[in-house]
Amino acid sequence: MNEPATRRPAWLRRLSIRRIRDRDAVIYGVLLLLAIAFPSAVLYATGSSALISQAADAGTYVLLAIGLNVVVGFAGLLDLGYAAFFAIGAYTFALFSSSQLGSSPLHQSFHLPFWLMIFAALVAAAGAGALLGFPTLRLRGDYLAIVTLGFGEIVPQLSYNLPQWTNGINAIGSIDRPSLPAWITGPWAGANNIAIIQPDVCRQLTNSTKFAPCFSFGYDPIAFYVLIVITIIVAVILVGNLYRSRLGRAWMAIREDEVAAAAMGINTVTTKLLAFAIGASFSGFAGAYYGASFGLVSPDDFLFLVSITVLVMVVLGGMGNIPGVIVGALVIYFVLNSFLPALPPAVESLANTVGLGSLNNSNGNWPGLAQEIQRINFLVYGLILVLMMLLRPQGIFPSRVREQELKHVAVQDDEAAVEASHSS
Amino acid sequence: MAGLSLPDVGFFIICALAVIGLAYEAITGPTAFIQISIFGLADGSMYALVALGYTMVYGIIELINFAHGDVFTMGAYIGAAILGFFSYNENSFTAVNLVALLVVFPVVMLIMGGINIGIERIAYRPLRNAPRLAPLITAIGMSFVLEGVMFLWQGPATVHFPDLLPHGPGFQTTIDGVFIGFKDVFVVVTAAILVTLLAIFINRTRLGKAMRATAQDRDAAQLMGIDINRTIAATFFIGALLAGAGGMIWGLYYNNIFYNLGFRTGLIAFTAAVFGGIGNIPGAAIGGLLIGLISAYSDSYIGSKWTEVVVFGILIGVLVFRPTGLLGMRVPEK
Repeated sequence: MNEPATRRPAWLRRLSIRRIRDRDAVIYGVLLLLAIAFPSAVLYATGSSALISQAADAGTYVLLAIGLNVVVGFAGLLDLGYAAFFAIGAYTFALFSSSQLGSSPLHQSFHLPFWLMIFAALVAAAGAGALLGFPTLRLRGDYLAIVTLGFGEIVPQLSYNLPQWTNGINAIGSIDRPSLPAWITGPWAGANNIAIIQPDVCRQLTNSTKFAPCFSFGYDPIAFYVLIVITIIVAVILVGNLYRSRLGRAWMAIREDEVAAAAMGINTVTTKLLAFAIGASFSGFAGAYYGASFGLVSPDDFLFLVSITVLVMVVLGGMGNIPGVIVGALVIYFVLNSFLPALPPAVESLANTVGLGSLNNSNGNWPGLAQEIQRINFLVYGLILVLMMLLRPQGIFPSRVREQELKHVAVQDDEAAVEASHSS
Repeated sequence: MAGLSLPDVGFFIICALAVIGLAYEAITGPTAFIQISIFGLADGSMYALVALGYTMVYGIIELINFAHGDVFTMGAYIGAAILGFFSYNENSFTAVNLVALLVVFPVVMLIMGGINIGIERIAYRPLRNAPRLAPLITAIGMSFVLEGVMFLWQGPATVHFPDLLPHGPGFQTTIDGVFIGFKDVFVVVTAAILVTLLAIFINRTRLGKAMRATAQDRDAAQLMGIDINRTIAATFFIGALLAGAGGMIWGLYYNNIFYNLGFRTGLIAFTAAVFGGIGNIPGAAIGGLLIGLISAYSDSYIGSKWTEVVVFGILIGVLVFRPTGLLGMRVPEK
């Protein structure tokens, strides 16, 4: 055991990752530092807040992945229709915080505040989860996956098909922006002295690169970024506590062996229902945030592909391990929204420097290099998924407990095979 | 224990309501009803061919093979490409058309079988002892890869599939106002032949027996001397044969294919497989036919924009009231 340690030079041993007892704590620390440093770094480097807005959008997916992790990672229930709850959250917020219901058969529009509606969206999504889960959770794992898949297909279809309520394919637009009841201004925001600003004296953002959130969030990406980062931190603490609680242990017992868990006195239906509803509530929360930050909710945003993307984030990051799932969500979001769109121009400029610039123009059946690379995007994404899964089937950062279990299961399988051979 | 449980009663009530509604339509408009049924049967036969692949793979390795729908589309694309080598005539049925069909059909099926074995070898076999969701993600990845290949190959536009089957006057008939074309008959008969061949293969041959044994208990089958890897590869091969044939038939019937056709078709076919009882081969065939009929009725009587809601609503209803599908047996949990 000490053999490898003695061979290493002392300075390397001191740096060795093995000295850090808790890998997850390191990931949390790095992520938190990055999250804090990111806005100022981006503003300093690029001078625009476009990347911050994208990061805030990535935060939505992180929140979704944390929620789905409760269902898939902790309780072992495969949910293929997670986007449906996302949609329910977004529509709950969009309907009651815009003028949409005024043109519906109800003829009465509501403009309820964001801070109230975000919890209403949470309750609506959790309620939908419980309603769907109640009759179906006694099904075995894969049948549940199929029920959720069907539900995930039905919800966007309903919003397409009921345009009198949801405005159908045209989407609900001009949704209210969140606003704070008051804000403290001071020298850091360009004011002379520290004061509380009220809505009537709220200074409009003249320079979008300055961190000066106003009474209203408006279109300020930094305000949304701060909101989603705080939300994620709260979510991580909540889910982490759930994981260690009696309920969390019950989930894991069910995941490993439902029959044995029931024999130990766990009410499997209630426990699974709680996992389902709690997972859905995160999605509802994320949905309301999504509606508020984009100001637009369209059924196109909640298709099967979204459910699949979030599932990929969870599995790829390392099921059941919260920091792993966050990393997975960020990696996949980066691949989908930064890496793949950046490919065509990058290849085009590469062709120019190598001297194959003629490839860039379209010619007959050849649509031009950038167009061709754009067509490959799907292929590249698919290959990335397959390769990552083949290289790390357990995910990027699997939970330590599960890692041990996997080794254990392999041993058990061998034992079972031996036993079976004896008995036959 | 005899007697009906509450879920069974609920299931029967739903079925009865559906039957009453359809009977009403059948009595008030028999011609339209029969016409719709014929279209539904043709559609359903194609769903059945795809559903068989889903159900076989699920039965043997418990994987929802998301790439299967794209294998089906790929079959249609490759078929269209190979048919390009023949100087067929789309306006009248010539000997060249017949030869082209007779040659291309098995060739496409075999190519798809080979491709699917490759997919299994690359993406699923290395993950056989990995966490259960890992192969699901690679299946999604392979689905994107196949769609990407087709997209790269033919672009986003709809691709024309040669209209080879005899059609037009002389190859269609109208009985009491009900239109029946040669195409409709061809689709249903071809699917029926393929499903019958599959059933014979599964029930009568050694490899078929090996498949059933592997599906029941992989470890025990292995101990009995069955080569598990070969059996699973064979399952993927046969599933892709049927999917390739389904793709060809789809192309010949609709004459239009597009790169992400397999996504929607695959979801519906998978629903059909679950509907009939996943892992159950006659169940998948019947489920496919029923889903085809249900979508045709829903298209006509409710409105095509509601069809997806109806199909998936029925899926949820069936699973709630009859978790193992129409023909599935109640198996104790492992």
